[in-house]
Amino acid sequence: MLEIAVKLVGVMAAFLVLPLLVGQTEHKLMAHMQGRLGPMHAGRFHGWAQLIADGVKFAQKEDLVPDAADKPVFKLAPAVALVPYLLVLLFIPLGPGDLVGSSLEMGLFVVLALVGIGVLAVLMAGWASANKYTLVGALRGAAQLMAYELPLVLAAASVAVAAGTLNLQGIVEAWNPWWLLWQAPAAFVFFTAGLAEIRRPPFDAPVADSELVFGYLTEYAGLRFALLLLAEYAGIVVIAALTAVLFLGGWQGPGPESLGWMWTLLKTGALALVVIWLRVAWPRLRVDQIQALCWKGLVPLALAQLVLTTVIALG
Amino acid sequence: MDSSLLGDYAVFGVLLLAGFAFVTAALTANRLLRPSAPSKVKGMTYECGVDPVGGDWAQVQIRYYVYAFLFVLFAVEAVFLFPWAVVAAGFGFAAAAEMGVFVGVLALGLAYAWRKGVLKWQ
Repeated sequence: MLEIAVKLVGVMAAFLVLPLLVGQTEHKLMAHMQGRLGPMHAGRFHGWAQLIADGVKFAQKEDLVPDAADKPVFKLAPAVALVPYLLVLLFIPLGPGDLVGSSLEMGLFVVLALVGIGVLAVLMAGWASANKYTLVGALRGAAQLMAYELPLVLAAASVAVAAGTLNLQGIVEAWNPWWLLWQAPAAFVFFTAGLAEIRRPPFDAPVADSELVFGYLTEYAGLRFALLLLAEYAGIVVIAALTAVLFLGGWQGPGPESLGWMWTLLKTGALALVVIWLRVAWPRLRVDQIQALCWKGLVPLALAQLVLTTVIALG
Repeated sequence: MDSSLLGDYAVFGVLLLAGFAFVTAALTANRLLRPSAPSKVKGMTYECGVDPVGGDWAQVQIRYYVYAFLFVLFAVEAVFLFPWAVVAAGFGFAAAAEMGVFVGVLALGLAYAWRKGVLKWQ
């Protein structure tokens, strides 16, 4: 009982701390990549407390719900966006043995199902806002999330075949450095589709601020908006951690196994940096380009990888 | 690894409740701290600061429905990949051949949709 309580507290702590770390890193990294300073005042030293200050500000803001909105759905959407990512963290192993919230046999399957809930939150937020911009944003989002669900699932299936298990710890144990080579297409597909699933640039057409105000988030303000933003950063953590665990060997690396959890965190952090980097470096894809990349690029690639994996794993 | 199945789902359930409790606690704190001064203008639909034009739920051209159809076709089949992946190693060549048929059908379906121009944005 105590052990479970400790694990739950650990997952909750990771959920509350890691997205903020990614957010703060994004502030500073983006700023320096663009030749500016970023936040410098809050907390005195290089603006380290900026996000805490933002949180305090958001908590005091008026709760605005548009008169025309479908109010219960509008109010529920931030929770639907946020909670699945918390639940995913439960299944991500930091290390072997007990260093995981829950070592469910069908962990990979549950995790993919949870990531898939994102489309519901987008549609709920966009439709319930009763605003033309949010509606267009939500439809773009729904089309994008549904399309990219497919390469995401196929790439994950390739890993499942290679490892012969759906247990995330089992997958890491079955991993060996050769996977970096022959699972590389799947890793690329998974990470790219993951980016699209969390609507990060270059796949941010659903929130395209220069066309749609702020897409399906236009009508949100105050704390509900803050929760939706938190969901975006939790999403970065989840996609980076899943890619690290499925394709980069999780806790495997040089050094004693007792320090393996540091490898998991390092790999996750490195991938989160790539996610931030892509935002700075890439222009936004158009909606038709997004669909074309998925159906004409990633899906055939993922199918080819699945065949290759099957031949090698069972041949 | 040897925890019971029921225990695993119980942990999942507790965390689900904890997640909603977190959101509720945050919104309750917000309720205690925030001002409330609703007005007609604040409740108006936001369209870049000018008065809203027409109804709130506007009609849009649905270009996405074909993708939705395609997705449903593929996704239903993709679900069956996972149980197959776990047991595949035990069946060897037969499982590989089955997979070949499966992926072949999927690829054929995609090629057909592509050829028919479904994937062209219009």
